[in-house]
Amino acid sequence: MDKSADRIAGKRDALNQDLPVVAGNGLIDRRALLGRGVVLAGAMSAGVANAAAGAEPLADDPWSLEVGEPMPPYQVRSKFEAKVVRTLSNPDNEPRNSHARTPHHLLEGTTTPNGLHFAINHGGVPTIDPDKHRLVIHGLVKQPLEFTVEALSRYPLVSRVTFLECGGNSAPMFSPEPMQANVQALHGLVSCAEWTGVKLSTLLDETGIDPKAKWLIAEGADSPRLSRSVPVKKALDDAMVALYQNGERLMPGNGYPMRLLLPGYEGNMNVKFLRRIKLVEQPAMSMYESRTYSQILPDGKAYRFYFLQEVKSFITNPSHGMALKGPGLYEISGIAYSGTGRIEKVMVTADGGKSWAPAALQEPVLSKAFTRFRMPWRWDGGPATLQSRAWDEAGNVQPTRAEFITVRGELSKPPPILGFPNQHYNSVTSWGIGTNGEVKHVYA
Amino acid sequence: MLAAALLLIAGAGISRAETPHLGKPIDEAAIAYWDISILPDGTGLPKGSGTPAQGAPIFAEKCSACHGDKGKGGGIAAALIEDRKIEGISASQKTIKNFWPYATTIFDFIRRAMPFTQPRSLSDDEVYALTAYILAENKLIGPNDAMNAETLPKVKMPNRDNFIIRFPDRI
Repeated sequence: MDKSADRIAGKRDALNQDLPVVAGNGLIDRRALLGRGVVLAGAMSAGVANAAAGAEPLADDPWSLEVGEPMPPYQVRSKFEAKVVRTLSNPDNEPRNSHARTPHHLLEGTTTPNGLHFAINHGGVPTIDPDKHRLVIHGLVKQPLEFTVEALSRYPLVSRVTFLECGGNSAPMFSPEPMQANVQALHGLVSCAEWTGVKLSTLLDETGIDPKAKWLIAEGADSPRLSRSVPVKKALDDAMVALYQNGERLMPGNGYPMRLLLPGYEGNMNVKFLRRIKLVEQPAMSMYESRTYSQILPDGKAYRFYFLQEVKSFITNPSHGMALKGPGLYEISGIAYSGTGRIEKVMVTADGGKSWAPAALQEPVLSKAFTRFRMPWRWDGGPATLQSRAWDEAGNVQPTRAEFITVRGELSKPPPILGFPNQHYNSVTSWGIGTNGEVKHVYA
Repeated sequence: MLAAALLLIAGAGISRAETPHLGKPIDEAAIAYWDISILPDGTGLPKGSGTPAQGAPIFAEKCSACHGDKGKGGGIAAALIEDRKIEGISASQKTIKNFWPYATTIFDFIRRAMPFTQPRSLSDDEVYALTAYILAENKLIGPNDAMNAETLPKVKMPNRDNFIIRFPDRI
């Protein structure tokens, strides 16, 4: 640092040190910061004015001197945002499954843009003609019925914002050592959107349900005819046949033209390209439920029918792979969600869990949806370990990593980063900040 | 209070009556081609039969490119014939023999999804034969046992009773 930069940093430090600290290593009371926003901004610009060179004199750039491009019928984002993309596990579409992970570190707010919503497909993305697609509901019903997309679009529609998460999201954290991977690689198999469709209970009202029916088998129109068993209990609670995603028809990779939506339940059960629902007395024990999404436990037994995506949070900014540009004020920002309801609170620490303070929760806080949390932080340039920990309204607490692996175990060696060595991982994530400002995934 | 409750009940009744009823009635016979659901007790298994010997050449021709020679792995897809104990919690430890609780699942998955690039191209006899081949090579049935709607649900898978329902109240 040159001397002028030192002066700025010194001035900033003196300023920030007045702010009420709410927990160790520089966590600041958000209310105080917002209340003093004007003072802070004024003081900061005064600091910048002290810089030796200062800002360049302003001039017009070319885009201010010519007419711009024509407006496209369906707009796409600025070309300067081209790096904000999903990471692909199978870009050449080899005959195996394909994952696309959401870049949480490059996004803000709580809505995942449709082009960036995570997806896993087990036989490529089918190209489905919506005029030919059919949904059949049959089995233990009074009258089997067939629905077209057009017919379903005329039903009373409901919208709800909900997250969708793969049961294998965060699985790299079963590794015995912290995998040096960013939030997209660790937690990119969760996204949040507003889904609009027909409540499944409405359609089951019309078919009638034989009281013997305890399960339904949902099946897709994709090449593996992906099939999962779902309790009728969930179908009559908050299940939906979703037709719209963030206001437009579903993305092909997210189930166009319709998918089952089971708020709070593991992604694989939310069957895409939904074409058949059969009501039955017992679960099918399809491969995905009896093998893939049954988790081995340390004693050699295995969980079955886990279903629930439990309370989780992680910090997206700063996060692994970023570098802080010198001491000063930063905003810690992240995502929290729970498959059992609303987020009640999120606590944040900057000293690896020695002291915690409540983060501000962005309204509205919706059930089974992303909740954005924020916490102001003054980095003093020293080592820091950032964590977030969430509570939901049902009283569930996100476990620390130590608590989690005591129950669920960990792997004997690091897994492939794209693998699913186990599932339903929801512990606290830790980001370590070095004195050089680099952010790394750590266990703390 | 009572009036409000009655109003709620009446309201619920009205909303049920008002659904559009735009579904077209369809017979189970018309759904038969799509209805490939199989339950672990054997419900839904079709007619037909196959033996391990009949399955071996089909496996070599249509499965081994991805699942490896004799299903031993090494290709793009998982091994299907392995004999080892589960050690640790990694999903890579799961094999058909040490983990899959029901043999009906093998038939179901092959019939609905395999071969990966030509799903639904196998006859039911061929699916039974492949299921028999995989079970016999895993020493879960005898080398000459035919698999069909009668025999397949009776195959006792070793790990069947080793599962814990995670949230029983959600079922």
